[in-house]
Amino acid sequence: MMLTLLILVPLVAGIISFLAKENAKAVALIGSLATLGLAAYISATCSAQPIDWSMPWIPRLGAQLSLHADGMSAMLCLLTGIVMPVVFISNWNKEVENTGSFYGLMLLSQAGITGVFLAHDALLFYFFWELALIPVYFLCSRWGGEKRIQVTFKFFVYTFLGSLMMLAALIYLSLQTPGVNAYSWENIVRAGASLDPVTQQWLFVLIFVAFAIKMPIFPFHTWQPDTYEQSPTAVTVVLSALMVKMGLFGVINWLMPVVPQGVAFWSNTVIILSIIGIVYASLVAIVQTDLKRLVAYSSIAHMGLMSAAAFAQTNVGMHGLMVQMFNHGINITGMWLIVSMIEQRWGTRDMTKLGGMATSAPRMAIALVIISFANIALPLTNGFIGEFMLFNGLFSSASAYRITFMVVAGLGVILGAVYTLNMVQKTAYGNIVEMKMQKDLTANEYAGLAIIIAIILFLGVYPKPLLDMTAGVANMMMP
Amino acid sequence: MKAIIAATVFGVILMFAGLFVKEKKSVASIAVFLLFALLGVNVWELATTAPTETLSFFNNMLRVDRYALGFNTLMTGCTLLYALLINKEIQRVGSHVGEYFALIFFILCGVYMLTTYNNVLIMFIGIEVLSIPQYILAGSDKRNLKSSEASLKYFLMGSFSTGILLMGITLLYGATGTFNIIQYTFLQSDMLSPMALAGILFLMVAFAFKVSAAPMHMWTPDVYDGAPTPFTAFMATIVKASAFVAFMRLFSVSFGAVSGDWTIVLSIITAATLFVGNITAVFQQSVKRMLAYSSIAQAGFMLFAVLAVNATAWEGMMIYAVAYSVATIGMFAVMMKLKDYTYDGFNGLAKKDPVLAAITTILLLSLAGIPGTAGFMAKYFVLLAAVEQGKMMWLVIFALFMAAISAYYYFRVIIAMYFKQGNPEFNSEVTATDKLLLLITVLLVVLLGFAPGLILHV
Repeated sequence: MMLTLLILVPLVAGIISFLAKENAKAVALIGSLATLGLAAYISATCSAQPIDWSMPWIPRLGAQLSLHADGMSAMLCLLTGIVMPVVFISNWNKEVENTGSFYGLMLLSQAGITGVFLAHDALLFYFFWELALIPVYFLCSRWGGEKRIQVTFKFFVYTFLGSLMMLAALIYLSLQTPGVNAYSWENIVRAGASLDPVTQQWLFVLIFVAFAIKMPIFPFHTWQPDTYEQSPTAVTVVLSALMVKMGLFGVINWLMPVVPQGVAFWSNTVIILSIIGIVYASLVAIVQTDLKRLVAYSSIAHMGLMSAAAFAQTNVGMHGLMVQMFNHGINITGMWLIVSMIEQRWGTRDMTKLGGMATSAPRMAIALVIISFANIALPLTNGFIGEFMLFNGLFSSASAYRITFMVVAGLGVILGAVYTLNMVQKTAYGNIVEMKMQKDLTANEYAGLAIIIAIILFLGVYPKPLLDMTAGVANMMMP
Repeated sequence: MKAIIAATVFGVILMFAGLFVKEKKSVASIAVFLLFALLGVNVWELATTAPTETLSFFNNMLRVDRYALGFNTLMTGCTLLYALLINKEIQRVGSHVGEYFALIFFILCGVYMLTTYNNVLIMFIGIEVLSIPQYILAGSDKRNLKSSEASLKYFLMGSFSTGILLMGITLLYGATGTFNIIQYTFLQSDMLSPMALAGILFLMVAFAFKVSAAPMHMWTPDVYDGAPTPFTAFMATIVKASAFVAFMRLFSVSFGAVSGDWTIVLSIITAATLFVGNITAVFQQSVKRMLAYSSIAQAGFMLFAVLAVNATAWEGMMIYAVAYSVATIGMFAVMMKLKDYTYDGFNGLAKKDPVLAAITTILLLSLAGIPGTAGFMAKYFVLLAAVEQGKMMWLVIFALFMAAISAYYYFRVIIAMYFKQGNPEFNSEVTATDKLLLLITVLLVVLLGFAPGLILHV
């Protein structure tokens, strides 16, 4: 019952926001805080004993409404629960047109994303997968930048195509074990694992495309920089901190156990693509002058490392991946918030026209530095422990090319430091550029960033709670 | 059986009503009332038939089973919805409102024959009863050249395909010595004579004409575009879906055993239909023509139900017919409220009338097959049937690619409504009743999207 509430609270709050018009902000904040409370409670209780909930839905198809929270999905729900109120708090002073619809759609997308993380039935998973997309489509196209319509449309068609391919595979899998619960996770896994290797390889391609587009993995990433750039910041946060995690979560939960032979066949290819993605995205990021595009490309690089570690198929890599999913969500949220604050104050995102933030807005500059350090995984920040485990996993994989993988991916990390520090230098130091709005952080922005930074430092020093929470799932997936 | 009689009698009553009742509005009200009555007759017939019972009439020329009754009831319900939503526009087409509604009742009579025939001659009569009123309806806007052109084109193409149909029936009779579709089931692949095979092929081509499958679809856009819009809405939905059930009844029941011989031809027809319908729809500038091509594209998905030849396919057909009809009728109802049928005519609708825009959005999402709407379940079931059959995974994947393309042209309307500036002009005021009816339509769409079982167990 707790699990249904986790989806229903944002859903209902979203519908109320639509009607509340001007008071939508408050409704959204209360709704998201209530969800956070629920998510925290579930995270605290579920790592010992997974929580399940189910009821019949469409018996003819073998689908049921079935939710399941283990350490990984609870952690991702917790991430969703933290990110949403932080975004609402930092945007508190920002005026958006049609406040009611904006916050309503934000909460609906939260409900969809939470549903994806909790669904334990393939058809239900597919439902939420698509339902998370629709509000985001409207958010980007309605409140985005100049080229928003074409860009968002490309994003939509891309992801829609991917999910349709996944649907074909899911239908095929569900027919292997006909019955009342043909779509339940257990049955899909059993059906997939019993198929012959060639079929599994085909199914892998069909399912993987959907997840690869969402993550995104090179060469499926072309929608991503444009969409991130054109979306309003709040939506970019949803896209990059939460929706890309849907892709990774899909890979871990709905791909690896389902078609193990397919994974074995394709894993080297995927790792190579991911590593190309790391280096390529890092190189592109170095030459960017637009802050949003720079962060967008850095996100591709980080996702590349995570997917490479996922397909390295080691216990420590898997465990690190789960930890890093959480950390990346937190860090990139902080990054986008700062970028949006810079844009608000200087009226531009062009790094060549920025400078001197350390003098004119010192508190903001400190926040930027800390979040950037977390982004390049410096020790004592949360990024370090995750990235360390990812590299460890990549290195201890069974692949014959593990040394090469390791070296090239490591190069990507060095490049990451280059563009991140370059960005810090250009925006925070150098010539002082006058602000349009002479103000350091306002109270609400301060609160939003403080939460992010507190999590960064806390998990950097003491990552044990996060590690404990996900250890069970990691051991189950990769014994 | 009762429904066939009732539809005919009601049609005749309406023709006379047109003579004696001068007020257009009253005629329309009578028609809506009679449709309610017809729905009642259908429900009564459905309720008095046991789940496994099949009744035969006229020396076994009609065989009424539960599926046919359920389908008839649903299609009558859709017609009622159509009449409620669109009767004001029908009144505006011309002065012969009584005749228009009478023709719709005759078409329904044809629908009932096509879902219950047990003899290819009844099927032939059913197709004619279905088609001839449509030729008249297409040309009912007499002073409009395009309407007359549509009517003539439709009539010529229609009679041509009827000729092919008759030729097919004749060849089959020559090969088997019977008109009874049950007796065709004795046809087996190893003893299939060239004559029987040619007959099956001729029948397939004739049906492809009727359901506007490529490459026999050429008439569709012109006829749908030229015919008065209220009647296009009827022809593109209920009539087309019923023709599909007739198609399925013959090919699944009679020729199911020899499906190996015709599946490949029909697969190619399906692929071509999906391709032509979706790709051409992308390039349309008018929403009305886009809906015409989208009806071809959706026909491509319905062809999967014919191809699959299994129990799931029948369920898929049922839900596809309802989902597609309801959403398309709703779309036409919204479009007819607007003066300008191009995409630009929808610009800024969300600002002017947010409720109407939201309704349109859900209908379009359903046509595109987004989960949570009836359209998703419809596509899901027909594809499930195809995957179950097992030999056409390539076609399923191709169809999914095409479904992604279809999102392009459906979303263009959404983009126009929400993200473009404009001030759409209305033909007539959108009353509270209109909105209520449209809301019910949307509610049906969403309800079926989450619980398709509601209509599968009728």
